[in-house]
Amino acid sequence: MTTKFTPDHEYIRVEGDIGTVGITDYAQEQLGDIVFVELPAIGKVLKKGDEAAVVESVKAASEIYAPVSGEVVEVNVVLTNSPGTLNTASEGEGWMFKIRVANSAEIETLLDADGYADLTL
Amino acid sequence: MSASEAETLLTVPLNDQHIAAGGRMVPFSGYSLPVQYPTGIMAEHKWTREQAGLFDVSHMGPCFLTLTGSTGDADSDYTEIAGIVEPLVCGDILNLKPGQIRYTLFLNENGGVLDDLMIGRSPLHPGALYIVVNAGIKEADFSRLKAAAGDRARLQRADDNVLLALQGPKAAEILSKLVPGVSELSFMTYSTFPWGDEDLTISRCGYTGEDGFEILCSPQQAPRLWETLLSDERVKPIGLGARDSLRLEAGLPLYGHDLDETISPIEADLGFAVSKRRREAADFPGAQRILAEREGKLSRKRVALIVEGAPAREGAEILDAAGNAIGVVTSGGFAPTLGKAIALGFVPPEHAAIGSKLQVSVRGRLQPAEAVAAPFVPHNYFRKPA
Repeated sequence: MTTKFTPDHEYIRVEGDIGTVGITDYAQEQLGDIVFVELPAIGKVLKKGDEAAVVESVKAASEIYAPVSGEVVEVNVVLTNSPGTLNTASEGEGWMFKIRVANSAEIETLLDADGYADLTL
Repeated sequence: MSASEAETLLTVPLNDQHIAAGGRMVPFSGYSLPVQYPTGIMAEHKWTREQAGLFDVSHMGPCFLTLTGSTGDADSDYTEIAGIVEPLVCGDILNLKPGQIRYTLFLNENGGVLDDLMIGRSPLHPGALYIVVNAGIKEADFSRLKAAAGDRARLQRADDNVLLALQGPKAAEILSKLVPGVSELSFMTYSTFPWGDEDLTISRCGYTGEDGFEILCSPQQAPRLWETLLSDERVKPIGLGARDSLRLEAGLPLYGHDLDETISPIEADLGFAVSKRRREAADFPGAQRILAEREGKLSRKRVALIVEGAPAREGAEILDAAGNAIGVVTSGGFAPTLGKAIALGFVPPEHAAIGSKLQVSVRGRLQPAEAVAAPFVPHNYFRKPA
């Protein structure tokens, strides 16, 4: 299992050909209290960089982009009723959706943990 | 934010205190101001509704307008000073009682709103007014007041001072400990009170819907006042984020969003700000349009909406039940007290009636919305028993 990051503060945890996507702890901290989450439809085919979901804080709406290309195979419905889970456990229970990775080479273009940490210093 | 923008931002005298308190500083109306402190907007919002929140609103435009020469008679002095500002606004300024404050509007010749402001009659000096205008357009407002005053009155800016707002159900109890006498103020009155070796100008008003006070003090006194207020465990510093969600829940319009030069007081549901005496005299800018609109001849009206689903933010389209576009959201967000999305916007009057079933378009998706009575959360202002 590897975890990679985008400069837009999404993470993807890859197991086999399935990637679990969410926003980093740093991102949820920056957004503040999250009050609404819009998740993608299961079956939706996304290209890397496509808008996949929307996270709304009290202040503003923020788009969440697909870190890699693929088909959405599962979404975390917990977030629909408890959007605050993104604040308490964004990199755990607050994952947003799972994607079947179409092109594993795209994974390699993302940041590793050290690279992402440098970005958020 | 680019470096050049950062260089041009003004800082408020309590800038260091905000940073020390963990304030997340953002550009706002040309100033660097805290949008939130570490506990976050939701907690700050709820704290203000339950205890007392301390806001730094020093970016706003407090000022004093004072007659250059006294007539020797207190009533005549007041008539003279009120006569300078009254032609610019739609409120009855002439009949303010000493210490009384009125919410009113600067209007253009078409009856559009140039700004909303507070005008207070000095409780001590017959020829003086205390005026507070909005941050973003204060230069234009000050120029307007100066031009109207000519050599009859002097405008003394006070926006280099510190203006703090203490808001919430515990505000009166907390401030009375420091400044005995403030609990005697009723809603929309002000006076000066000694504190340390200077006077504070304290008004009982605010823009959160809660009981509370606005306190004008010198930059020298401000750090001590800030620290003293925060040493009470019932007081927490509150940023711009919660300030906006509180005023939205209170159904209060915000200049530049729910009010602009094209919107009239009647359209904005601020008919109460057009005083009876002024209506009868029809002597305010744009009177013709505004009086006609009062009779029902208006094309749009402010509506308060409860929105199902994602928050509908400023700019979101409002549609009728059949899907016809009828208006736009001017302020919208999440109401922490209600746990729901709420919005203000403008629609044709027939769609603004309470109970109207409407829709809003959020990211291209239609969501149900219902017109409700404003305020969304009941006001909790302090009214003195008669």
